[in-house]
Amino acid sequence: MTSIKRLLSAFLMVSFAPASALASALVVDLSSNQIEITTNFTGTNLLLFGAIDRKGDVVVVVRGPRRTEVVRRKERVAGIWINRAAVTFESVPGYNFVASSRPLEQIASEETLQRLQIGSERLRLQPVGSANSALASSFRKGLIDLKKRKALYTDMPGNVSIRSEKLFRADLNFPSNVPTGSYTAEIYHFDGGKPVSVNRTQLSVQKAGVEEAIYNYAHDHSAIYGIVAILIALFAGWLGGVIFRKA
Amino acid sequence: MDLYFPIAEMSINVLLLLALGGGVGMLSGMFGVGGGFLMTPLLIFIGVPPAVAVGTEANQVVAASVSGALAHWRRGNVDFKMGFILLIGGFVGSSFGVWIFTKLRALGYIDIVISLCFVTFLGIVGGLMVAEGARSWIRSRSPGSAPKKKLHQHTWMHGLPFKMRFRRSKLYISALLPLSIGIFVGVLSAIMGVGGGFIMVPAMIYLLGMPTSVVVGTSLFQIIFVTANVTFLQSVNNQTVDVLLALVLVVSSVVGAQIGTAFGSKLKSEQLRALLGILVLAVGCKVGFDLIVTPAHLFSFAVSGGH
Repeated sequence: MTSIKRLLSAFLMVSFAPASALASALVVDLSSNQIEITTNFTGTNLLLFGAIDRKGDVVVVVRGPRRTEVVRRKERVAGIWINRAAVTFESVPGYNFVASSRPLEQIASEETLQRLQIGSERLRLQPVGSANSALASSFRKGLIDLKKRKALYTDMPGNVSIRSEKLFRADLNFPSNVPTGSYTAEIYHFDGGKPVSVNRTQLSVQKAGVEEAIYNYAHDHSAIYGIVAILIALFAGWLGGVIFRKA
Repeated sequence: MDLYFPIAEMSINVLLLLALGGGVGMLSGMFGVGGGFLMTPLLIFIGVPPAVAVGTEANQVVAASVSGALAHWRRGNVDFKMGFILLIGGFVGSSFGVWIFTKLRALGYIDIVISLCFVTFLGIVGGLMVAEGARSWIRSRSPGSAPKKKLHQHTWMHGLPFKMRFRRSKLYISALLPLSIGIFVGVLSAIMGVGGGFIMVPAMIYLLGMPTSVVVGTSLFQIIFVTANVTFLQSVNNQTVDVLLALVLVVSSVVGAQIGTAFGSKLKSEQLRALLGILVLAVGCKVGFDLIVTPAHLFSFAVSGGH
C-alpha cells in the first residue's frame, strides 16, 4: 500500500512542479531503501518507480560497494587446472545492474555511455600496478563474464517500462549472493541522446538478525567465536550421546 | 526450504543438508568412521566454498567425536598417555597446517590443494578398503588359508630414542613415533577439515602395534582436541567456520549415526566395508574428475583486503 501512496505522491509532485525550461523534473523512489539478508534470504526484488515530465528514455544503474578484487585464471598444469596468473583490479563494483526503457545503443551514443559507465561492459576497471594491457583486458573481460554468470552484473534492456510518457517503473533483482554494503541507484532521463536529468538514491544491503550477529561476531571477535563454536560442538556431541544412550 | 548461511554466504536447501548429514552420519555409525573425509567433499560438491567447507567440517567433527570418545572412555578403552603424545604432535601439526592453509588461501591455491589432498587420501583409503573387503571375502570362501602373523616384528623403528612405556597399549616404543603420526594427521586435519581417524587408526595398528581395543577410543580422544584447535585457528585466521552450517550437520549426523549403529550390528561387515570403499573411491574420483575436466569458466575472483 505504501508504494502505491508513494507512487501517487510522486505523480502529484510531477504534475504540479513548475516546468523548468532545460532540466527535466525527474522524481524517483524505491519500494525500500534497505535489503536485509535474513535466514530465509534467497534473493529479492525491489520496485523502483518515478515520473518524468516529458518524453524520453529512462536508464537505471544500481551499483554495489566497490572493492579491490583479485582475478585469477586457471591454466592446465600436468593435466589439472590450477590458478596461475592473477591481476588485481581496484574499485570493482560488487554489483552492477542496468535497466533501460530501450536497448542502450538506441538511447545514447557509445561515447556518452562510456563516459557514464552505463552497461557492465563499459565499467572502467583499473588494474593495479603495471599489468600488461592485453593481459589486463582479457582478465577484465573474464571478470565481467563471471560476474554476469553469478547474476551480480545484469543488463536488462527493456526492463524499464514507461506509461503514457510519464510514469516509469523497473524491477531490480538482487540475487542471494549479493554483497553487503551501501548501494547507489542512478536514474537517468535521456532525451535526444543526451542525459537531461539524473537522480541518485542510496540503498543498503545488510545481513540482519542471526545472520548479522554470527557474521559480525566471526569477524570482530574471532577468538571468542572460535571458542564458542567449539563449546557448542562439545555440548551438542555430549547431548547427542546422552539422548541416544537412554533411548 | 532454503536457509542462508552467514559465513558460507549462500543459501542451501536444508533438506539436502539433512540428507547429506544423515547419510554420512549413518555410514559413520555403521563403520565407526568419522565421516569428515566424505562430508567435506560433499559440501564442496554442493557449492560451499572449499575453505568454508574445511573450517566448518572441523567444527562438526568435534561434536561427532565427543559422544564416541566418552563411550570408549567409560569402557576404559582410551590410552591417555599415548593420546597425549599424539595430541602434542596433533597441536603442532594442525597449527602448522592452518598456517599453510592461510598462506595458500592468500595465494589462491587453497582450493586446488584441498582437492589434491582428497584425491590422494580418498584414493588410497578407498582402494585399501576395497582390497581388504575382497581379500576377506576370498578368505571366507576358503577357510584355513589365513596367513599367520608374527606378534612383534622388530624394525628400524624400534631403534629410535626417547623410548616410553605405554601400559594401556602394552608397548615400549619411542615417543617420536606417535608424535610424528600426530603431526602428520594434524596437518591433514587442518587442510582437509577431517578428524584423520582414517589415517590414524591404521597407523596405530600397523605402525605402532597398538591393540585394536584401545585404538578407536584413543584416536577419538585425540581428534576432539585437534579438531577443536583447527576450529579455533581457522576462526581466528580465516573466519571460515560457519556455526549455523555445522549445527545443521551435527544434528543430522548424530541422528544418522544412531540409525547406522543399529543397522551396522545386523549386517555383515566385510561386504559393507568393501561397499564403503567403493563409495569413498567414487567420491575421490569425482574430486579428481573436477580437477581434470576443463572448467566452464577459467576465471575466478576474490575480494582482497578487509573482509
